[in-house]
Amino acid sequence: MRINCPFCGLRDHAEFAYGGDGSVRYPPLDAPAADWHDAVFLRANPRGMQTETWQHLHGCRMWLLVERDTATHEIRSVRAAHDGIGAALRGERDGAR
Amino acid sequence: MTRYSAWSVFKNGLQGQRNWRRAWRDPEPKREYDTVIIGAGLHGLATAYYLAKNHAARNIAVLEKGWLGGGNAGRNTTIVRSNYMMPGNRGFYEHSLRLWENLSHELNYNVMFSQRAHITLLHTPAARDAAARRYNTMLLTGSDAELWSLKKLKRKIPHLNYDSARFPIIGAAVQRRAGNARHDAAAWGYARAADQLGVDIIQNCEVTGFAREANRVTAVDTSRGRIQARRFGLAVAGSTSQLWAAAELGKLPVETHLLQAFVTEPLKPLLDHVVVFGVGGAHFYISQSDKGGMVFGGDLDWYKSYSQRGNLPAVADAAECATSILPCLARVRLLRHWGGLMDMSMDGSPFICKTPLENLYLNAGWNYGGFKASPASGWYFADLIANARAHPAVENFDLGRFARGVNIDERGAGPDPKLHG
Repeated sequence: MRINCPFCGLRDHAEFAYGGDGSVRYPPLDAPAADWHDAVFLRANPRGMQTETWQHLHGCRMWLLVERDTATHEIRSVRAAHDGIGAALRGERDGAR
Repeated sequence: MTRYSAWSVFKNGLQGQRNWRRAWRDPEPKREYDTVIIGAGLHGLATAYYLAKNHAARNIAVLEKGWLGGGNAGRNTTIVRSNYMMPGNRGFYEHSLRLWENLSHELNYNVMFSQRAHITLLHTPAARDAAARRYNTMLLTGSDAELWSLKKLKRKIPHLNYDSARFPIIGAAVQRRAGNARHDAAAWGYARAADQLGVDIIQNCEVTGFAREANRVTAVDTSRGRIQARRFGLAVAGSTSQLWAAAELGKLPVETHLLQAFVTEPLKPLLDHVVVFGVGGAHFYISQSDKGGMVFGGDLDWYKSYSQRGNLPAVADAAECATSILPCLARVRLLRHWGGLMDMSMDGSPFICKTPLENLYLNAGWNYGGFKASPASGWYFADLIANARAHPAVENFDLGRFARGVNIDERGAGPDPKLHG
């Protein structure tokens, strides 16, 4: 498997650390415990395309969102996990968060 | 059905091996059963056997999408041990080890259970303290456990890397009653014994959906037609989430991960025990099969996968671990390697429990540990299905334990499935 890092280019996946299911959204801090239970413990675990987080640990150390097929390992898209981070790195004001 | 014995081996030997009969039937699926178990792996087959044996249940079918024992039953490193410490796990795995000890007699099938000792290498004083706590807990709860000094370990296994290891070995934690069994034999033994008690084992029969009526399952749709039953047991670790979704039950505290294992070309006797090595991020376990191959494995591939095939970095990691503790293996060639699908749960412990549907029961979440667990898993899952209530021994192996705060987290790794190796 190779992952096309938007900052570094195409690299072997051994350079990257797997995060987890990128579709998980944590609820507000004051949400009921049941909402937190579901976000922390329950997973859809699809066979097929899913969005997941990877970190380019032995590269730029950026967190990425990777669309990958869990049955074939085909990677459909890779983008920075945080919107506008690329522009911010280039010093473009509009991209800064 | 023929009972296997020394005499039957002798007699058939004289008759040119022509008179053996098949070990289990290959029946056509009936329209209706009393109990349907989905998955003819070790857990499903053991469940069917104990349902028939312990609970006098009849009219049972085990449905298998591929061939019997072709999933994780044939994709493991065959290690059997009970060195678990957490309440819940401790008694469960001890029960499993006791069942293994008598399994060949129980099934009239040689599962080649070899209590060759399970030796965990220790590298730091902190690891020795942790092992002392764990292994004393085992001693106090009816198991066997020993801590070996470096001197004793060197006498037992002289060819480990004692001289130039990055993390010097200082001793070992040992469970002598632990060891290996032959994985295929366990699956075949349970299949044959269950078949003799009237269980229909139906291969090439993939479950594709569930017919529901209110809060009950009335039938399963399969590649060989619709099969009705009064109650259903799900034992399909690796694919649990998919059948859970097919039953429209939503999400589970489970992720499917990929674990590879390896076997080398056959060698003369080299390693008499199961040896486990884990320090500084390494995780490795090795033993020698009866054919002479070194059978070993390491960590997950670290990302979710349903592919049953792995990538090279995990191969390189395992090979590096092998040569770091057994440098004599450096020139040995790999013969085969394989990948299996692990139900990795949120606390590293399994599920043997009821589900939101009143006649559907769940057996899942075995992480790395499904092989050794299979006898007790079948034992308690059969008990659950027969009595429609969880045995006290598995009362916390339910889906509600996270909400109750009763995580059974043997590793203390937290709710991240890939860390529960």
